[in-house]
Amino acid sequence: MPEAILTLDGVHTHIGPYHILHGVDLSVPEGGVAMLLGRNGAGKTTTLRTIMGLWKASRGAVRFRGKDITSLDTPAISRKGIAFVPEDMGIFTDLTVAENMTLAATRGAPDKRRLDWICDLFPPIRTFWESSAGTLSGGQKQMLSVARAIIEPRDLILIDEPTKGLAPAIIKSMTGALKQLKETETTIVLVEQNFAMARALGDTVAVMDDGRIIHAGDMAALAADAALQERLMGLSLEAHQ
Amino acid sequence: MSDTAIRPRIEQAGLADRLTAALPILLVPMLALLGFAAIGDATTWLTLTVAGLAMGLMIFVMASGLTVVFGLMDVINFGHGAFVSVGAFVGFTALAWMGGWTASPSVVLNLAAVFLAICAAALVTGAMGYAFERVIVMPVYGHHLKQILVTMGGLIVTQQLIHVIWGPDAIHLARPETLRGSVIVAGAAIEKYRIMAVGIGLALFLAMRYVLRSTRIGLLVRAGVENGEMVEALGYRIKRLFLMVFIAGSALAGLGGVMWGLYQETITAHMGSEILVLVFIVVIIGGLGSVEGCFIGALLVGLLSNYTAFLAPKIALVSTIGLMVVILMWRPQGLFPVVKAK
Ligand SMILES: Nc1ncnc2c1ncn2[C@@H]1O[C@H](COP(=O)(O)OP(=O)(O)OP(=O)(O)O)[C@@H](O)[C@H]1O
Ligand SMILES: [Mg+2]
Repeated sequence: MPEAILTLDGVHTHIGPYHILHGVDLSVPEGGVAMLLGRNGAGKTTTLRTIMGLWKASRGAVRFRGKDITSLDTPAISRKGIAFVPEDMGIFTDLTVAENMTLAATRGAPDKRRLDWICDLFPPIRTFWESSAGTLSGGQKQMLSVARAIIEPRDLILIDEPTKGLAPAIIKSMTGALKQLKETETTIVLVEQNFAMARALGDTVAVMDDGRIIHAGDMAALAADAALQERLMGLSLEAHQ
Repeated sequence: MSDTAIRPRIEQAGLADRLTAALPILLVPMLALLGFAAIGDATTWLTLTVAGLAMGLMIFVMASGLTVVFGLMDVINFGHGAFVSVGAFVGFTALAWMGGWTASPSVVLNLAAVFLAICAAALVTGAMGYAFERVIVMPVYGHHLKQILVTMGGLIVTQQLIHVIWGPDAIHLARPETLRGSVIVAGAAIEKYRIMAVGIGLALFLAMRYVLRSTRIGLLVRAGVENGEMVEALGYRIKRLFLMVFIAGSALAGLGGVMWGLYQETITAHMGSEILVLVFIVVIIGGLGSVEGCFIGALLVGLLSNYTAFLAPKIALVSTIGLMVVILMWRPQGLFPVVKAK
């Protein structure tokens, strides 16, 4: 087992008066894709936002490469090499695709070769380079959101439901792109409801419910065990696609 | 799956769509034409229109910072008027020091004096904005009621400080020699100072537009107005950005204060809070957070105020509030609604 790049130790998160996360323990091995599954409202998004520092953990610790990042603010966490693709994509619709991309490149002008590689992963980025990001379709916005996160090499990328509301064909091209991304050094934490995608991409898996991790293990093991899926999620993942 | 197939659909923005998008901009010439119809006399109309544009552009300079400050951090700053007043008084003092230049019949020396006075005012109010943000605004991020109370407090304190430093009376602020009087253009008498105010206001608008569209800081500001969280997640400190915007906005308000003082030729400690009514109307008309909207709104308010002051002086202020009501009924978010992530 490779060393963990990210660990959550008994993380509790409150949003206003609501106690949302009740002691999340999670260990993400370096390299590959860690899936985070769970039914609606389980706390997946809250977990990612807590890692990013967008919500503050009220108890417990988030460690990145062994260093405690719990009390850092969001920009500092981001600059450690962690990128975030939020559930709502966080596109700046008032800016062009190009401007969205250049703002994400915090170390200076984007690298030409890397940009080419990204445009090959997501062709609409090239096609609509000068267009206002607000005019993109939902799928194209999703691609832009992922593309923006990888404009510079990152150690860890948190992606929240990149196939939400997308047509099957686009889901397929998104899956293909993430598969290629997986070939790089980057570690990916992926929240996903689409089980076909989860199975195609995931190396490890953690299942959440009610603000806790209720199962953690290999994706292949879970994919093979229909009874376990039934028990964890109250429905067979196979039926969920 | 070919995504490029979708492209043509985007480029076919219909004529109707484009017209609706351009409509807020067209409001300015439409109002000018309406004014022409109501006034009937071409030379009077020209005089009033230039006066209206000058006034509108000065209000824009004073309001632009306020709208971005709100857009970026949701901060309601009632203290913005303080910068206008302080700017005017600093400008007065600076011009008084350069008495030799302002009294000279040389255009160059006069303009240089105004320029230096404006710079002095912007420097002082920019520094004051820094202190104001750190001491007064920063502790109340995210609390609107507290922001209103505390920034009002800052305004009152500043006005009292002006009384202490410059005395309680209104001060006559004389225009430099060559900026007095009018020139005759197409038979209409147009005050020279107004022409200069239009020039400075337009130059500032274009500069601001350039910064917001073509520099990294400007893009970050626009991105931050739409989704501050995402800007932070990309690794930028939104609060630092906000501080910069606050300082720039304060400096612009101070700069606008000098221009406004020279326009009115009288300055008082309360001039800032008085003009703030119009400034808020302009910011709301334009759409909170939108610099373009603020620009159009300011021109509309400037023109309308001057037309109504001539046609029906009693309803001059009411007319601008009426304009705001009508525009909000048409577009509840203002002329250029700012997209907000949440
Ligand atoms: N801003 C908020 N204020 C109050 N409660 C919230 C807020 N955001 C999330 N919650 C609550 O926290 C719980 C977990 O939400 P979260 O968005 O993390 O779930 P999720 O697993 O991402 O769900 P989904 O699959 O629907 O995206 C839910 O019960 C939700 O109602
Ligand atoms: Mg979610």
